[in-house]
Amino acid sequence: MDIYKTIIIGGGPAGLAAAIYTGRARLRTLVLEKVATGGQLLLTDYVENYPGILQTEGGRLMETFLEQAQKFGAELAYGEVHDLRPNADGYEIVTGEETYHTLSIIVATGSSHRHIGVPGEKELWGKGVSVCATCDGAFFKDQIVAVIGGGDSALTEAIFLKNLCRQVYIIHRRDELRAEQILQERAIAASNISFCWNTVLEEIVGEKEVTSVRVKNVKTGERSEIALSAVFVAIGMTPNSGFLRPLVKLDENGFVLATHQMATSAPGIFVAGDVRSASYRQIATSVGDGVTAAMSVELWLENSGLIPALK
Amino acid sequence: MSANVKTFTSDNWDGEVLKSTTPVLVDFWASWCGPCRMIVPHVEALAEKYLGKLVVGKLNVDENPNVSGQYGIRGIPTLLLFKNGKVAEQVVGVQSKEQLAKMVDRHIS
Repeated sequence: MDIYKTIIIGGGPAGLAAAIYTGRARLRTLVLEKVATGGQLLLTDYVENYPGILQTEGGRLMETFLEQAQKFGAELAYGEVHDLRPNADGYEIVTGEETYHTLSIIVATGSSHRHIGVPGEKELWGKGVSVCATCDGAFFKDQIVAVIGGGDSALTEAIFLKNLCRQVYIIHRRDELRAEQILQERAIAASNISFCWNTVLEEIVGEKEVTSVRVKNVKTGERSEIALSAVFVAIGMTPNSGFLRPLVKLDENGFVLATHQMATSAPGIFVAGDVRSASYRQIATSVGDGVTAAMSVELWLENSGLIPALK
Repeated sequence: MSANVKTFTSDNWDGEVLKSTTPVLVDFWASWCGPCRMIVPHVEALAEKYLGKLVVGKLNVDENPNVSGQYGIRGIPTLLLFKNGKVAEQVVGVQSKEQLAKMVDRHIS
């Protein structure tokens, strides 16, 4: 039977960083990716906070990560994990098409965009409701749009959209932003970005396409309607961790609980990146997680007598 | 790009998509769209897997805005599956290989 030393589930920055290290440790490694290597990084127009690189495109940075992982021997396969169960040798990972066997696992599945759950959001998805300004902004050139949220992603989306659209509203439930200071400065300086503070979205309105949103001021209770063409949702992320239940302990929001060495509650299962509880969800922190998890895997395999010790 | 994936434009749209007797899967994309690149290998795999049963092609929304406008495309990637010139199914956003294969299976015996 074909047994991997480690299988890394997820091919974003955390998973690929781990693969570079397990590859260099000469541990037979498989990176199992659901959709496309790069993860959230592929949705990023430009990256300027990754140390050592002044500015680059998300996609280009990802290509280098992948090339580097493959250079050191990591294999890549596409598949969505349906089941994960312990067996006599370690773990069995079942995807739609294959069953893989491995001694250890690094979970680097990241997170997905959270939905607001208001009427119209699902119905008008792809008809003016989006989670990707760089993808869909161009459809709304010279039009009025809104971004929902107050974190880094929301402001990054708004700053991208301000150059394309006539007017950008940032609709935020609180009266202060969580985003990086530099992003706040850029957004506030833009003449065509306006903030709707203490405001929640109640409905996205439209028949064939988005025509307006209904909002409510949570302080005054006042309701109003804003005519616009698109709504970009950036209210945070939800972890891709459902398949780990009940094997691995998760926090109350579904993120994977881990030690500083990235060990989870299950022996031989490690975690890295956005899916980990208390992660800052940056490319650099994900890379750090991935490297830590990879080194922990090597040590764990050694201590468990599954690979010869180095000395 | 795989030889099995066609390029659709406003010029060949009627003949290659609407008049096709075989079901047609159209991938609406643009060069500046990261998620569009994400699904390319999966779209290519579909073209190979369903060769002869399904025509697979891509339409650049930047170069053919009249076609994407006609179908109300306001988010990409959007995949439309045409049967006898009519839209039988639409999916918007990134999809895994499995999700795409399931979608096609629903329409192809």
